[in-house]
Order: sequence, then structure tokens, then C-alpha cells
Amino acid sequence: MMRLEQRWTALKVRGVLPQKLFTIGQDYGALIALVVLILFNLAFTRQLNSVIAITNLLVHVTPALILGVGMTLVIATGGIDISVGSIMGLTGILTYLIFSGKWFGIQNIVVGTIVAMPVALVVATLIGAFNGLLITRFKVQPIVATLIALITVRGLAEVTVNGFQFAFLSAPIVSWLSGNVLGFLPRQIILMAIIVAVFTWLMRATSFSRYLLSIGGNQAAARLAGVPVNRILIIVYALSGLLAGVAGLAFIAFDSAANPVTLGVGKELDAIAAVAVGGTPLTGGRATILGTAVGAIFIQLLRQTVVALNVPDDIASVIIGFLIVLAVFLQHQRKAS
Amino acid sequence: MSTVSPQPETRELAEATAATSPVRLLTARLPWLGNLLRQQGALIALIVVVTFSFIRYDNFNTVTIYSVLNFNAQFGLIALGMTFVIMTGGIDLSVGGIAALSSVVVALNSPHGFFYSLVIAVVVGTLVGMVNGFIVAWMRVPPFIATLATLYIVRGIALRLINDAASINLDQKSDFITVAGTTVGDGVLNPPLPFTIPLLLIAFLIGILVLRYTRFGRYVLAIGGNAEAARLMGLPVRRTTFLVYMFSGMLAGLVGVLLAINLNGGSATEGNGWELIAIASVVVGGTLLSGGVGSVFGTLVGSLLLGLIVEILQLENNYMLDQGWQFSFSSFWQDVIRGVFLLVVVLLQSYLQQRKRIKGRT
Repeated sequence: MMRLEQRWTALKVRGVLPQKLFTIGQDYGALIALVVLILFNLAFTRQLNSVIAITNLLVHVTPALILGVGMTLVIATGGIDISVGSIMGLTGILTYLIFSGKWFGIQNIVVGTIVAMPVALVVATLIGAFNGLLITRFKVQPIVATLIALITVRGLAEVTVNGFQFAFLSAPIVSWLSGNVLGFLPRQIILMAIIVAVFTWLMRATSFSRYLLSIGGNQAAARLAGVPVNRILIIVYALSGLLAGVAGLAFIAFDSAANPVTLGVGKELDAIAAVAVGGTPLTGGRATILGTAVGAIFIQLLRQTVVALNVPDDIASVIIGFLIVLAVFLQHQRKAS
Repeated sequence: MSTVSPQPETRELAEATAATSPVRLLTARLPWLGNLLRQQGALIALIVVVTFSFIRYDNFNTVTIYSVLNFNAQFGLIALGMTFVIMTGGIDLSVGGIAALSSVVVALNSPHGFFYSLVIAVVVGTLVGMVNGFIVAWMRVPPFIATLATLYIVRGIALRLINDAASINLDQKSDFITVAGTTVGDGVLNPPLPFTIPLLLIAFLIGILVLRYTRFGRYVLAIGGNAEAARLMGLPVRRTTFLVYMFSGMLAGLVGVLLAINLNGGSATEGNGWELIAIASVVVGGTLLSGGVGSVFGTLVGSLLLGLIVEILQLENNYMLDQGWQFSFSSFWQDVIRGVFLLVVVLLQSYLQQRKRIKGRT
């Protein structure tokens, strides 16, 4: 009996087994919850019983997940970026204005699209970099700086088209991005998977991620240790802006319309919820990109499950609210102990 | 806010000669001016904007001011609750949702009369605030997530209460019409004040007194400054945090009543983005989002300033039409102007803060 316990402890020390049974829930809570939800769906609903249903779920989760990846980086530095929803909106509008020939007068729709996408993404990146500049150079708190961008960028999106809504149906980017590879896999999902893979690698294997996490852990200490804090922060916010732009493109590909008043409104909150449920603490210093991906998929699948069970949509948002609190509550027990 | 101790005469002069910008030159020679700008910058801006408007626009008069105050009373009251929350270092994203829920509750209860629905709505707002407070103070969930979750929850409940209809009308036979037209100071003031203005002013007066003269107010600032230190000193951190969110919910519930009066009904979808307007008011008023420092009066000024900026957009359009200009700002410029204004204020605050820091170091 004694020896069994010793072996048990040895396995724990070597990291083969978790330290305490309780910590399984803390480290892999979101993943376990997702697995449970998937099993539940396989048994009781028709949410996941076909390839189309699964890809449909992933297409719906794409914008929030891409935003969530950028948000994970920002939150890991101890900041927050609430401007991403507005940046999504502006990206959609800019893309429309350019490929439809309203700006720059490009008549060929394919050429227009090829020009439109980089321009929109550059603008999105610049807005993010401006956020970073405000935060580093002018010492504005992240939530205030990005609040300014949230209000102004949404206003700019409305002003450029005077608030009208536009259909995207004829755009090559829409048909291309929502088109399938191998007959079943929409390109949006591949795009999302590439982004998740690249940023997971970035956070595992580069000195950039070490710098980023050290800033989130203790900014003053990181500065004293020679970390280029300002440069890293500007890059992080610029990346968040860029990913918001990509999310905007992914969103119009699936919604095929751009409404400057509503496109991306409140999406920043969905992204933050995904990050929080995924296990990245809002205080910074730690980050898990895969956790965020799991969190985003979990929230979307939960919403669909609740609706599939014929629960009204409004009750679904009540349930999601409670589960977000519960998930974050359970994860924060770790810091207390 | 701590005041900067007066510097020796020589250092002032040396700094003045070394300084390049005219503003720096002026504030170095007149240190009280720098302090005034730093502490009452929003108030000075408000006075300047009001004076400018009086001179430029013919139809800018007390009626315009009343209408700005009347319309911004709902944002002002929400910002008042938000000020206390932010001073503890927290944030409350659920206020717009609470106001919407409360307006729905008012509309549903309107057959029972105004005061009955008022009480029920405020109680509902307070309860949601208590839930927020419990989640933040006892479950230790970060305020951003906790109040985001209650935002989802209260919006869901509000929609459920009226079976997914976007809005519901007030009972037309109830006494709401008389309440909506209530004015204060008939015979003394011309025109008399709509009741929302004294309500707003009294609420802020209470807020100022609570922050300045009560133990609770001191606790709020102490917790925002350093929650751990406050706990070690034996301050009731959890209770104070709980109360702050409760009051914020209570005020949002009250705002829901005003909203129901304005809309002549309840709306489950109204109040989107109100939390952002409230946060912007608090920031313009000079309260730091990191907590521990703040001014309730500043929030009132900030809220009026943001409301006035939007009003001036309308006035400027009319003015330019009168002058025969062809260009006019569409209402979509509102957000751009609000955002740019916020940017200017924040940059100015940052400039003055950094100056203060540099001065403190030398």
C-alpha cells in the first residue's frame, strides 16, 4: 500500500499524473466541458451527426475565434482590446467600398478584391498600432484607449457609407472564402486553423512570447530586465487589429452583407468570454491559444445545443451567462489555493 | 488627488527658461494654473463650450440646456453608479441591460400605478446589482467577466418577460402621463425644470457627500488604491465592493424608469452601449480606471460635456444652413466627434499627468 502511494507520488512529480485530482478540472476544465457537451450532443441532439453540421458549427465560430486569438495575446500582456468589433465593421465596409469601385474607381471586381483585402487589413493593423501607441507612448489605460477606438472607428464606418447596408453576394472573396476544399471543408475553417496553429507556435517557441508574458506578469520588472516593452505592446495591439480585420473578412464571407451599424457589434465581448472560458487569466502573464479556441467552440456549441433543445434564444443567453461565470469561477480557484 | 507642493522660486524660473512650449511656460510661472487644469479641466472645458455656444448660436438658451440635462439625466445617473464602481478598481458592463430590464418591468407593472412600478423596478435593479456584487466580491470573478455575464442574463430575462417582442407599451390609463410632465419650480423658474434635472443634481450631491464625508466613501477609495492593503488594514473590502455594485444596479434600475417614461414603454433592446457612454463620462471627469482616485462632480461635468458635444453638432448644422453653407454633418458624425473629443481629453490628461510626474522627480 505504502509503495503504491510512493509510485503514485513519483508519477505526479514527473508530471505524468496531475498533482491533485481537483486540478484536472482547473487545467483542462474547458476541454472536459467541451467533450461532455459533444458527447451530450451525439447522444441527444442532431447537432453533430453530419459533416455539414460540424463544419457549420466551425464556420459560425470562426470570427469570434480569430478575434479571441488576438485577444488572448492582448490579455496575456495584462491589457484588453474592446475595439476589435468596430475594426471588424470598418474592414467589412472598406472592402465593399473598394471592390465595388466606389473608392479608387476599380471597375474589375477581381482586381478590386485583390486590392481591397490588403488595404482593409493594413487599415485594421494601423488602428491596432495606434491603440498600442496610445497605451505605451501616452500611458493611456488599455480599456480607455481601445474605448476611444471603439467609438471613433464605428463612427467612421457609419460616416463612410452614411449608414447604408450593402450586400456582398457578388464579391469573389465571399464565394472564394466560403467555398469548399475537397468538397466539404470551407476555406474559412482552414484559415482559422492556420491562424490558431501559427499563434500556438508563436506562443510556444519564440522569444516574442516570453517577452509578452513577462510584460503581463510584471511590466516594471520586464522593463528593468531589458524587455522592449513599448515595441512588444505596439506589436501585440497591431496583431489584434490585424486579426480583427481578418475576422471581419471571415464574417462578411459567411454573412455576405456589411452593415456599418451592426457588423461586429458586441463581438469583443464574445471574444473576451472565449478567452476567459478558455483559461487565460484576465490579469495577464499566462496565455493559452488552444484554450481560447476550445472556449470559443464551447460557447458556440452551447448556444446551438440550447436552441436545438427548443429552449428559447433568450433563455439560452441566460444559461450562457451563468456558465461563463461558473467557468471563470472554477478557474480562479487555482490562484486562491 | 494630491496637490503638488510648491517648488522653490529658483527651480520654477530655471524650468520656465528651459521649457519650450507656451503652455509649459505659462504653467511653470503660474503653478496654480497647472493644478487647476489638472483637477478641474473638464469643468473649464464645459464652461468654455457653454460660453462659446451662447455667443455662436442664437437659439442656444435655457431651454436647450434643460433639454440636454433632461436627456442626459439617464446617462448621468448610470455614470454616477459607474464612478463608484470604477473607483474600487472594478467595472460594470451590465448597466445598460439592467436599465432595459427595469424599463420592461415598469411597463409590465404600469397598470398598478407609477409608484408601485417605480419601487418594483428599483428593487429589480438592486437585486441584479447584488448578484454582480456577490459574484465579484465573494466568488472573486473578475468584474469585467462577472458583469458581462449578467449583461447576457438580464437581456435574456428582459426578452423573456415580453415573449421576445422588442418592446411593450405602458398602460395608457395609468398615471405615467402626469408623472412624465412633472416640473419643479413652477412660478419661480421660467421655464420650470423637468423633474429629471433636480433628480440628477440631488443624486450627484448625495454621491459627492458620500464620497467625501462618509466612511464608505473612504473605503471605496482605499480599496481602489490597493485592495490587499485595505484588507490587511481590516477594512470591509467584500462588503464595500458588494455595496458599490448594488448601488450601481439600483441607479440603473432607476434609469430604467426614466427610460420607460421617455419611450412611453419598456424596451428589452434599448441601452446598448450605455455602459461605454458611462465609462467615457467617468474618464472625461478625471477618474482613473485603475481605481483609487476619482471625482463624482467630475463625472457629472464629463457626462454633460459629452451630451453637449452631440447637441452642438445639431446646432452647428442649423447654423451652417443659416449661413448658406452646403456642407452639413450627418448624425453619423456623432460617434466620430464623441471619439475624437474623448481622445483629446485623454491626451491632455496624459500630458498633464506626465508633466506632474516629471516635476515630482526633479
